[in-house]
Amino acid sequence: MQNRTIKVVVPLLAIAVALLISALLIMTTGRDPLMIYQKMLSMTFGSDYGTGQIVFRTTSLILTGLAVAIPFKVRLFNIGGEGQVLAGAFTAAFVGIMLPHQTPPLIAISICSTSAMLAGSSVGLLAGWLKVRFGISEVISTIMLNFIVQACVGYLLTWHFAVPSTVHTPEIIQSAQIPTFESALGVWRKSPANFSTLFALAASLLSWIMIFKTTTGYEMRAVGLQPEAAGYAGISANAHIMKAMAIGGAMAGLASANLVLGYKHFYEAGLASGIGFIGIAVALLALAHPLWLVASALLFGFLEYGGLTVNAYVPKDIFMMVQAITILMILILTKTLR
Amino acid sequence: MNDVAVRLSGISKKFGEFWANRDISLDIQAGSIHAIVGENGAGKSTLTRIIYGISVPTSGTISIRGKNIRFSAPRQAIDEGIGMVHQHFMLIPELSVTENIILGAEHCSLFAPLKKKEASLKIKSIAENHELAFDPDVLVSELSVGEEQRVEILKLLYRNADILILDEPTAVLTPSETEQLFKTLKSLQQEEKTIILITHKLDEVLSVSDTVSVMRRGKIVATKTTTSVTKSDLANLMVGRNVLLKVDNPPETPGKSILQVSHVSLTDPKKRSRLNDLSFEVNEGEIYGIAGVEGNGQRELLSLLWGMAEPLHITNGTVTVEGASILGRNPAEIASSGVSHIPEDRLKHAVISNFSISENIIFGRHREHKFLKFAGFDTTAVNNYAKSMIDLYDVRCDLQNNPSLASLSGGNQQKIVLAREIDRPGLKLLILAQPTRGVDIGAIEMIHKKIIETRDNGVAILLISAELEEIISLSSRIGCLYKGTIRHEFTMEEVRKGRTSEQDFEKEIGMFIT
Repeated sequence: MQNRTIKVVVPLLAIAVALLISALLIMTTGRDPLMIYQKMLSMTFGSDYGTGQIVFRTTSLILTGLAVAIPFKVRLFNIGGEGQVLAGAFTAAFVGIMLPHQTPPLIAISICSTSAMLAGSSVGLLAGWLKVRFGISEVISTIMLNFIVQACVGYLLTWHFAVPSTVHTPEIIQSAQIPTFESALGVWRKSPANFSTLFALAASLLSWIMIFKTTTGYEMRAVGLQPEAAGYAGISANAHIMKAMAIGGAMAGLASANLVLGYKHFYEAGLASGIGFIGIAVALLALAHPLWLVASALLFGFLEYGGLTVNAYVPKDIFMMVQAITILMILILTKTLR
Repeated sequence: MNDVAVRLSGISKKFGEFWANRDISLDIQAGSIHAIVGENGAGKSTLTRIIYGISVPTSGTISIRGKNIRFSAPRQAIDEGIGMVHQHFMLIPELSVTENIILGAEHCSLFAPLKKKEASLKIKSIAENHELAFDPDVLVSELSVGEEQRVEILKLLYRNADILILDEPTAVLTPSETEQLFKTLKSLQQEEKTIILITHKLDEVLSVSDTVSVMRRGKIVATKTTTSVTKSDLANLMVGRNVLLKVDNPPETPGKSILQVSHVSLTDPKKRSRLNDLSFEVNEGEIYGIAGVEGNGQRELLSLLWGMAEPLHITNGTVTVEGASILGRNPAEIASSGVSHIPEDRLKHAVISNFSISENIIFGRHREHKFLKFAGFDTTAVNNYAKSMIDLYDVRCDLQNNPSLASLSGGNQQKIVLAREIDRPGLKLLILAQPTRGVDIGAIEMIHKKIIETRDNGVAILLISAELEEIISLSSRIGCLYKGTIRHEFTMEEVRKGRTSEQDFEKEIGMFIT
């Protein structure tokens, strides 16, 4: 089959199969799948608040998806999105608390987001360095770094920064908070959707430009496709491994703008709640394409929140299974159709 | 003695557009040692993989001891008594010799106790019969490479294989281990076992085999009894004379020296010598041809010249381009000083087959300012450049749609590589490794013309080729590479004279490369 057709057919087929299987699962719980799907739709895209929730979730997933997709172009599998988000989120909160109150909003937001990106980026870079220097598989090192970051952040929170008898830090200064769409446009009322969605969309567009339009991206793709040939052409694979991991980490770090600056306004234990891992699924479904990734993140945002809305009728775990089945189907289909 | 153990008739194997084996018919006599020689990529490995059932031939039939067979898995080949020792051993280091040998042939049901004692006794007796003495209870990880190979051979004997295929068995052995191996092979032959030996070392062929088949470009070009051939006969058959069209080669006017390699010695990580006091020079406006049988240091020399010598170790000598040392510099730095390199393995090293034609035509030259605009590429400039190169080199492709390079034929791919490397701004030195390998005859002619044209523009050219005729028809001077050193150098006058009686000249070169 043509390469281009595969790229369109595979994700769609995977989603279709996953929905079919979930329909069967719903039926085993004694519910009518059509009714459940209809309820899900009306309570998500059918409602103002539901749409806002999906936008909010999609925003985080675009960024954690990019954290996986960019290293993927250099044939690296970044499992460390979770740790990179945590590092970013804690840093964003920390900087947001420390900034003087009179800092103007644009500056405060920029400083907080940039430091969050730097934090995520350093965690990614560390995994890249371990790979280049010692040949440690990035899969292992990023998983280990997840634990390390989690423990560090947990320690800092409980022993130094938590507001007494809570599991969160104090609030960040007013001007570092990213306004919600509700406050500015009056849409998606009461939902946590905020303007950091624009960051995510810009990040996805910029990633696409970087990968497909710049010399850096050209070299990265060459390293990913044929590392040896890249070496003969004078392209240093090591430099690009470090670069891709650093950029990936920065993307995950930026997800904290959505979580901390836009929504919670403080750092809280369990804030990331697995979005780093769902990012892997998001990237795989989009076959690591930065623009398709937005659609893929939207689907996962929908399934995540949609599952919650119908939790009273069927366990939301069914929709977690749908997510996982979609990914497995993608892997199976890409192998068999080729 | 006169039974046929393996008969191949019309065996062909095609990978995409490439014929790895083409119409091979061959009889291997039972109880003989049959050597198959040929350059890398000649199709030897594919052929053995077909006999062993790992690959299924595109067409043709195999018969074993007169019985027609169609293998689809090695298991079936093993059942027919065929065994193979791979170039890379298939042993589990954490298990003992006995455990490794009986693996896959344990002869007991799932939870029954393993009859290791029995097996170990049987192995000992087989080993003693063939002077393969060693302790069957030690772990494989404690064995030397030569001993590991003996374990592999024992593994086959334990399974009662009587047709043994050995793929480059001596590549990893020391001379004394090689001698020992040959003793073993001779003793196996006494027992009426048939041995198929894949190698490119001609000395070994002559000392151990009964019959020898020479492969080139996927075909068997000759099968002879070993006693009737000499080493230089084999070398000539192996390196081949396939270029049908003669390129017009006007007299050259060499200028000052560009590349100087002097007294270079190089060892591999296992401290074996790969280049040994190698010295030669390449001047402006000349083509220096390096003739030699593969494995005599060509690969090492190329990686040295392209800044990729790691993990090889340079023990002595200097390499300079226009007086400046290039040792320790990386490919990007070497390239930017006006050196182009066309590697021998095009698909692996010279192009990205999933990239489009225009992306490939700037590959490795993508840092040149004329292609750049802001942080990205100047698409118009790149496309115009691609268009002009494609016209100039007559590449047959559909540039409008800019398809991936993989969709082009080998010849057209090579023309793209050539265009890119020859057109490098400020080119002083062009390094060519097997520039016409896997290329159709029409493209060969065009590539040869461009090489001569480049020479006449004053570029120094180093040509490394396995095709003797290519070397003779293009080179200004010829160095004969043997065991990592230039054993003899033919001057310009000698080469010009040699070109007039090519057959004799080839024989003469053959003397120096074997």
